[in-house]
Amino acid sequence: MTSLLTCKDFLTALNEYLDETEDAELRREVEQHINECPNCWVVFDTTKKTLKVFKGVDLHPLPDDVHRRLMARIHERIGKSHQAQP
Amino acid sequence: MTPSTLSAELNGDAALVARARQGDSTAFEQLVQKYERRIFRLAKNITNNDEDAEDVLQETFLKAYSHLDGFQGNSKFYTWLVRIAVNEALMKLRKRRSDKTVSLDEEVDTGEETMVREIAVWEENPEQKYSQEEIRAILHEAIASLRPAFRTVFILRDIEDLSTEETANLLELSIPAVKSRLLRARLQLRERLTRFFKRKGDDIFAYL
Repeated sequence: MTSLLTCKDFLTALNEYLDETEDAELRREVEQHINECPNCWVVFDTTKKTLKVFKGVDLHPLPDDVHRRLMARIHERIGKSHQAQP
Repeated sequence: MTPSTLSAELNGDAALVARARQGDSTAFEQLVQKYERRIFRLAKNITNNDEDAEDVLQETFLKAYSHLDGFQGNSKFYTWLVRIAVNEALMKLRKRRSDKTVSLDEEVDTGEETMVREIAVWEENPEQKYSQEEIRAILHEAIASLRPAFRTVFILRDIEDLSTEETANLLELSIPAVKSRLLRARLQLRERLTRFFKRKGDDIFAYL
């Protein structure tokens, strides 16, 4: 007996499916639903692409000057604690 | 990163922390250099502000240094750092907001009908239509548009790759709350990005 997901059930299961759940039954139900429901296929495909685009880009690379100022403060802090405990 | 390189990296951290505790300053500097990029990105994503992000970055590592003795070896050093950074970043965010209402416990509207509005097919590799700079701007704006309660969960789970359990623990949320916020965040981002990434000529694409 095949259970059918509604579009709402599909949305509820979407996260686990995208996160590659090992629940084979859930995977099969989601796949069956998106094969039969073009709108949900679009939601699945575009959400998957959303995650892929975010993973592919370092949104905020560390600027060199920010790195230098951080290291300067760390050195200053470490220097102080060494003076305190010679 | 594969799980095995990740675990090798974490074992390396335990040794570096032990050396840093004994006063080996180069060990602590190695830890800083290993994680400064990730902590900066996290701070910038949460605060949306360069100055705040830099403050959070510095405060996180200075606090970590001061409290190395309090670090429990049973949690990962990186997760411990993230916890400090998230707290610092949320404090900054609250200071900046005039209404002072930034809360991760806010009531979250779960109306399913608001979750999906745009149904349009995307390009196969949508990011290729834009330059690296443009893509950064588009993604940054999309993340910034999320409410803090959703944004923080998305950042920890999907950008910093923490597990659902780690995220729940860090933000003091239940696991179902993390899951439902993550789904909402992902779907809202999908909506925002559709404008930029949808396939040309598919404006009226709908089977409804």
